[in-house]
Amino acid sequence: MTTTHSPSPVQQERIAYRRRQTIRSVLIAAASTAVVGLILMVAVTGSPGWDRVRASFLDWRVARQALPSVLGGLWLNVRLLVFCAAGALVLGLLIALLRTLRGPVFFPMRALSAGYTYTFRGLPLIIVLYVMALGVPGLRLAGTPSVLVLGAIAIVLTYSGYLAEVFRAGIESVHPSQVAAARSLGLTYRQTMRHVVLPQAVRRVAPPLLNDIVALQKDVGLISLAGPIDAIRAAQIEVGETFNFTPYIVAGALFVLLAAPLIAVTDWVTLRAARRRA
Amino acid sequence: MLCAMVSRYRPTLLGTVTLLVVAALTACIPADEPAGTPTVAPVNATSLPPECAKAQLQTKTPGKLTIATDNPAYPPWFVDNKPENGQGFEGAVAAAIAQKLGFATGEVVWKRVTFNSAIAPGPKDFDFDINQFSITDARRQAVDFSAPYYNVRQAVIALKSNKIANARNFGDLKDAKLGAQVSTTSYQMITTVVQPNTQPSVYNTNDDAKQALQNGSIDGLVVDLPTGFQMVAEIKDAKVVGQLPLAVAQPEQFGLVLDKGSPLTACVSRAIEALRASKTLEQLERQWLAQVAGAPELA
Repeated sequence: MTTTHSPSPVQQERIAYRRRQTIRSVLIAAASTAVVGLILMVAVTGSPGWDRVRASFLDWRVARQALPSVLGGLWLNVRLLVFCAAGALVLGLLIALLRTLRGPVFFPMRALSAGYTYTFRGLPLIIVLYVMALGVPGLRLAGTPSVLVLGAIAIVLTYSGYLAEVFRAGIESVHPSQVAAARSLGLTYRQTMRHVVLPQAVRRVAPPLLNDIVALQKDVGLISLAGPIDAIRAAQIEVGETFNFTPYIVAGALFVLLAAPLIAVTDWVTLRAARRRA
Repeated sequence: MLCAMVSRYRPTLLGTVTLLVVAALTACIPADEPAGTPTVAPVNATSLPPECAKAQLQTKTPGKLTIATDNPAYPPWFVDNKPENGQGFEGAVAAAIAQKLGFATGEVVWKRVTFNSAIAPGPKDFDFDINQFSITDARRQAVDFSAPYYNVRQAVIALKSNKIANARNFGDLKDAKLGAQVSTTSYQMITTVVQPNTQPSVYNTNDDAKQALQNGSIDGLVVDLPTGFQMVAEIKDAKVVGQLPLAVAQPEQFGLVLDKGSPLTACVSRAIEALRASKTLEQLERQWLAQVAGAPELA
């Protein structure tokens, strides 16, 4: 015997009411978006300088002309991002581990790593870049790496300072009782960190870590002050030739596109972590 | 002289005296038109038309002329990073233009404006910007240029110890790592004329580029010739390798940058033309850019 479930008339009325409410919300949202959009459009395009601004910021001919060289510059950003992110994550973790060592004998390590995070979080990246990329080659030491490598080192130095503090926050968020429990089970300090503390710590701080990587994505381009041509520098060169700012808009759009996947991953990781805790 | 003449005739004394006084008066009045004496220049070449009179000029601040340049301003274009002292080639040219337009020294206001804000579409807070802007047709789409005040050449400088120090032609520069300041025609010269095999390095300022040159991070630096001679004077063991040929048939020229459609463009250009006609530009060039001796041509 099969009976198909049919909702009671009251329930059917409820469903119909909810559907009507949903449609109504969607319509209101659409209308309000249209009104806001229209006001913005009229305010911007109706402004006295709009023609002038459009000509110098949104010129498609200039955009098409600038795209290849800006893309070429962006390739440098992408390569730098991969190497600098890897370097900064490794160095940051190492410094965080040194800073969380316990026991009086490790005081020099703790002091050094604390000094490191204080220094490199305080120093503006541009100054580190100047010293590394325009100062160090001046020593004329044999085997000095290229300006590109020196600049990448400067970026890693600065960002590992931030990432170390994020890692340290994660490590310290794992309750000491877990370490005590692991040690009482016979795990060494190294094994405790590897199997008990770090897996939880890294998972907890994954969103802020990824957030720093998104920020890094934009900052790697600062290396251009030492000579290499990144996306923004390529755009700047085009701007200098035409006195038209459209290439900057092209570079900006490409940066947003480049950041989108990373930001989406960050959101997803955050959401997953929240669900697991729930 | 007629004025000194005295009558020697008694009988018609009165008549003679009257005649003589009239004659003397006519002769002693300074002549409006110096008929026979040679003049310096045609009047209309060095003085500006009435619509360019100071009272007619629509400057940012009425009665004042606001001139902009970058900070820092480099020699030999400016001296001591003080554009208001009227020294250095561009400092002197700006002062001469202001004077030509009828502004006294106290009525000239200097403003420091970065390259980007000088060319941005918003309202300009200066009347004109003088900062080694090369006139190109592409740039003319975005700003007004005055008449040119200097014909410039680009040159390569290098350390004497570098492999390109004795380069004779572009072939010798093919494998060189060259550098230039961003947003300059110097950079365009590398990519369009020299076309080396390695990507050129680009710097925010010529100071950074100079440091890279001294470090050996780049083999050669492309700058305009006067800046090149200035740098060679500052860097030990550097030399001007040679000057680059012109990218196009017409000469590369520096002009003042004004807002697009500025009411001042025509009058400022006239002032520059007048300074050229009166040989003032030539004289200022001799005074401030004297060290720009001929450098060997690279081809």
